[in-house]
Amino acid sequence: MSGTLFSLSLSPAEAQALWLSLKTGLVGTGLSLPFGIAVAWLLARRDFRGKVLADGLVHLPLVLPPVVTGYVLLLLFGHNGPIGHWLESWFGFSFAFNWKGAALASAIMGFPLMVRAIRLSFEAVDPKLESAARTLGASKADAFISITLPLILPGIIAGSLLGFARALGEFGATITFVANIPGETQTLPIALYSALQLPDGEIRALRFVLLSLLLAAGALLASEYLARAAQKRIRGRA
Amino acid sequence: MNGLSLSLQRRVDAFTLDVTLEAPSGVTGIIGPSGAGKSMLLQMIAGLVHPDQGHVIFDGESLSDATMRRFIAPEHRRIGYVFQDALLFPHLSVAQNLDYGAARRTSGQCVSRDEVIDLLGLGALLARRPHHLSGGEAQRVSIGRALLSAPRLLLMDEPLSSLDPRRRADIMPFIEALHRRLDLPILYVSHNIDEIARLADRVVVLNEGRVAASGGVAGVLNQPEMQRLILGDDGAGDPAAIVEATVAAHDTAHHSTSLSLGAARINLPLLPLEVGTIVRLRIHARDVAIATEPPRHISIQNIIEAHISAIAPTGGGQCDITLSLGGVHMLKARITANAQETLGLHDGMKVWALVKSVALASGT
Repeated sequence: MSGTLFSLSLSPAEAQALWLSLKTGLVGTGLSLPFGIAVAWLLARRDFRGKVLADGLVHLPLVLPPVVTGYVLLLLFGHNGPIGHWLESWFGFSFAFNWKGAALASAIMGFPLMVRAIRLSFEAVDPKLESAARTLGASKADAFISITLPLILPGIIAGSLLGFARALGEFGATITFVANIPGETQTLPIALYSALQLPDGEIRALRFVLLSLLLAAGALLASEYLARAAQKRIRGRA
Repeated sequence: MNGLSLSLQRRVDAFTLDVTLEAPSGVTGIIGPSGAGKSMLLQMIAGLVHPDQGHVIFDGESLSDATMRRFIAPEHRRIGYVFQDALLFPHLSVAQNLDYGAARRTSGQCVSRDEVIDLLGLGALLARRPHHLSGGEAQRVSIGRALLSAPRLLLMDEPLSSLDPRRRADIMPFIEALHRRLDLPILYVSHNIDEIARLADRVVVLNEGRVAASGGVAGVLNQPEMQRLILGDDGAGDPAAIVEATVAAHDTAHHSTSLSLGAARINLPLLPLEVGTIVRLRIHARDVAIATEPPRHISIQNIIEAHISAIAPTGGGQCDITLSLGGVHMLKARITANAQETLGLHDGMKVWALVKSVALASGT
């Protein structure tokens, strides 16, 4: 159990925490992406009553202490929360104290960053390009999918990475909402924190630090590669 | 009826657009100072902007009618639109840009892909991305892209205004070829009087959202108030007359072409045009001098008999003389007030106009 720092084989606890981090991060980011694109589009392209309020609401998780966000999630989505109770009695689906709750918490925390990046890329695309597409025979949806979506792809990639990175680092909201259950809600940062609580946990903690570093570097490289590929598709070969 | 017929109203804050016009086949120029509502008018015709009131009818088909709550979406109107800033899709190659509309076309094409590529000189550009095109090249691609969507009507919104004068001169022949080779009605918006004089068959002057004048190019654009409206103070400082002339004869020995303006003749360096072709000339008032007797022993070749029809002081010790050549033909001359006094020029007087230089506005 107390292997050396640089041992290449992962202990079951480490593998569990790594897998859980990846799973909650990917699922949370993936499922919030369509909402992120929709909200970014609304904020970038539409004027509506209460836009300032909507903008503030989206950014709230960024400025609130994560513990507060986690507690609000617990109140809303917990066993006795209005949404949580409804979901459980109608669909038998629950966020409470399982990995889905961890994914929800990380999605909420990453959402403002994701929306911000995608919104910026929307604003960089001339809306008149869609008008041009319409005069060439494209419907509204066709113009969005064939023109705007490919052009904001770098922003979508950047926004997804930011959301995913925020999810990997998520601690406060997750531990408040779904607690610290090994194999269920104990992601890398929470596992690291738990290791630090034990008298001889320093080596274990350091291994979690190394794992986190590797995961972050991997995510960064992957997104850099994707962003370059997307950029190349837009600009063509020089 | 054939062609476009519309009456449209739209209010945006303090600005009101209220335009009624008809545009049969050929090129209809729409000219006016910036802020006159030219682009808004085109956007309403294309269906990109909803009018508050009014209707648009093309070839007998209603495209929008506010009272009937009818509004056909832009993608179903088959109206091509060439924007001021080409608006090519940056993630697609030139070929893919050209094919974007063609792939979505629901009806037969009016012109083949090869013909468009040839007409606009796009052959060498097909594999390139819009990032690697010059302004003139991008605008040519944008015209080709609009043509390949098989439009019934082409709207061109200041297609040359973002280009420098040399590029503008490069692309003008392509637009003229379009006009001659394809039987496609065109609405051509510009604030440049030379472009309109060269390209348009008839002209509509728009000012503050309303039609200030419409009709034949020379008839409308020679009105002093229209020149002032379109050219502003610059126009008042450099007025010009637009003259329609007919190619009368070629003199290959002297390398010159003779044009007739009613009874008068004007000689130009040899033009590659058939006898009988109608060309439009733009003659600046500062290039016209006046003599009260037929001048002899003078190097100026173009000397035209005329009658003074109006004298207007312009301030700064100068005045503009309007000269009638008989019929609809007229010229303008800018001379000093001093010269006018010394020569005793007055309305109805017979004079000889000495034309120092002539710019060909159309026909090449």
